[in-house]
Amino acid sequence: MNLKELYQEIILDHGKNPRNLRKTDNFNKDAKGHNPLCGDKVHIFLKLNENKKVEDISFEGQGCAISMASASIMTDLIKGKEENEVKEIINDFLEMIKEKDSLNTKLLEEDEKTKLMCLSGVKQYPMRVKCATLSWHTLISAIDKSQNEINIESKEI
Amino acid sequence: MKIEDIKKEFPIFNNKVQNNDLVYLDSANSSQKPLVVVDRIYDFYTKEFSNVGRSVHYLAVAATNLYENTRTSVQKYINAKDKNEIVFTKGATEAINLVASTFGQKYLKEGDEVLLTELEHHSNYVPWHYLRKSKGIKIQFADVNENGEVTLESIEKKITQKTKIIAITHLSNVTGAILPVKEITKLAHSKGIPVLIDGCQSAPHLKLDMQDLDCDFYAISCHKMYGPTGLGILYAKKKWLEELPPYQGGGGMIGEVKKEGITYGDLPNKFEAGTMATAQVIAFNESIKFLNKIGIDNIVKHENELMEYGQELLRKNNSVKLIGNPKNKGAVLSFTIDGIHPHDIATILDEDGVAIRAGHHCCQILHEKLDLVATARASLGVYNTKEDLDQLNLSINKCKKIFE
Repeated sequence: MNLKELYQEIILDHGKNPRNLRKTDNFNKDAKGHNPLCGDKVHIFLKLNENKKVEDISFEGQGCAISMASASIMTDLIKGKEENEVKEIINDFLEMIKEKDSLNTKLLEEDEKTKLMCLSGVKQYPMRVKCATLSWHTLISAIDKSQNEINIESKEI
Repeated sequence: MKIEDIKKEFPIFNNKVQNNDLVYLDSANSSQKPLVVVDRIYDFYTKEFSNVGRSVHYLAVAATNLYENTRTSVQKYINAKDKNEIVFTKGATEAINLVASTFGQKYLKEGDEVLLTELEHHSNYVPWHYLRKSKGIKIQFADVNENGEVTLESIEKKITQKTKIIAITHLSNVTGAILPVKEITKLAHSKGIPVLIDGCQSAPHLKLDMQDLDCDFYAISCHKMYGPTGLGILYAKKKWLEELPPYQGGGGMIGEVKKEGITYGDLPNKFEAGTMATAQVIAFNESIKFLNKIGIDNIVKHENELMEYGQELLRKNNSVKLIGNPKNKGAVLSFTIDGIHPHDIATILDEDGVAIRAGHHCCQILHEKLDLVATARASLGVYNTKEDLDQLNLSINKCKKIFE
């Protein structure tokens, strides 16, 4: 295990100064997620325009450096994408965290992928994987509005 | 046994954990096991195994005697009046569920109140919560003060005409506060209210005397007492065990079984349905012998010294904030560090072999009251040393450096 791989500069930076940590005005989709094991909480706000494009995305919440950084990086990358593109990026990220070595989506630039790959350090810390995936599962829920509150403990990853 | 030799009794410290010496500071969660306990389980299964209390063959009789010997040892260790006041359960959680369920079934009705405290572990809240739904009871919480304590006065304030039972922790697993349980019991009894004490954190660290304490129920977790997992103890005054209905039905707990009806067995069999955690019960006798060999007074002294040493270290460490400052405190050091989430602290400490716990420690009510999402907790056991706490402090500094 290597702490430096987990706590990379980008993670520490986003953890300390999370981007989009606020509440979107006139949001039209939102969802809450929480991890009962550690108490991490996240509330995602989305504003989709008439073409189902993400006009704005933001979040509120409390959590560890990994979960805050993950939410911060995610919201940065998702802005401006269309709903089906968002879903593809989420799936790609979750698959990467689960089993793959890299991201396959063509919807992200290389430097964006590099940023996301910084989160792959959690793979070596099984207890921390849920910290990295909480906001992503919550985003799915916000888009689908399938569940009011995501309980990460009941998710496979 | 000399305090400095104790670590040698625990084989886990002979092995490296991720290439580090293990600094185990998670004993409030579960303690490590001395070799005598591990060996006893092995010996029982390899040389002496049989089920207890049923067959008449040699091994069955011998195993039954061993099983009952532990009951007698526990009785002596906690100074209960009668060995039949000791009921084995699968854990302290089951012990509390047993009381909540059977006491609730027989004595509680709509509008009755159960008085808990804001310090309670979920296992001394959730079992009572069930009675809200099934019986329509109300749950009251005695306030925790700014030092992380629950005082006699705060209990008294919440007692009403409708209070039917008081269920409180002896020693908080977060703030370390030791509650004035004897005084609380006296007060409760003066109003005719029985008292259940959650002794999970106190039993491994304090001298126990059920007759002096005079409580009605006392729940113990054996795996926190250098014993095996899957085992707990419910101490209950004989009159309660006689009056309360059985908790689970099955073999071993019956008197006579006929198509028309069933009678239940004598105490404590009435509450020990099915095959019990036999090997664990038998091995737990070794845990008690181990504790007796060191002597509870020596344990209290050793852990108090360590706790004070650790508190001083953490107090001097800038940006570390200790949670709670109770006057009467057990060997638990909960803390936060400005700007670093407890889960990040725990992961970074783990890299140095320092095992602590991070989270709400099954005490969400308390964390909400303290307005904290989570805390980091270093908890001590007989095997810990000042060097362990020095390492904790060093690793905390490393943590701060990473997040600078």
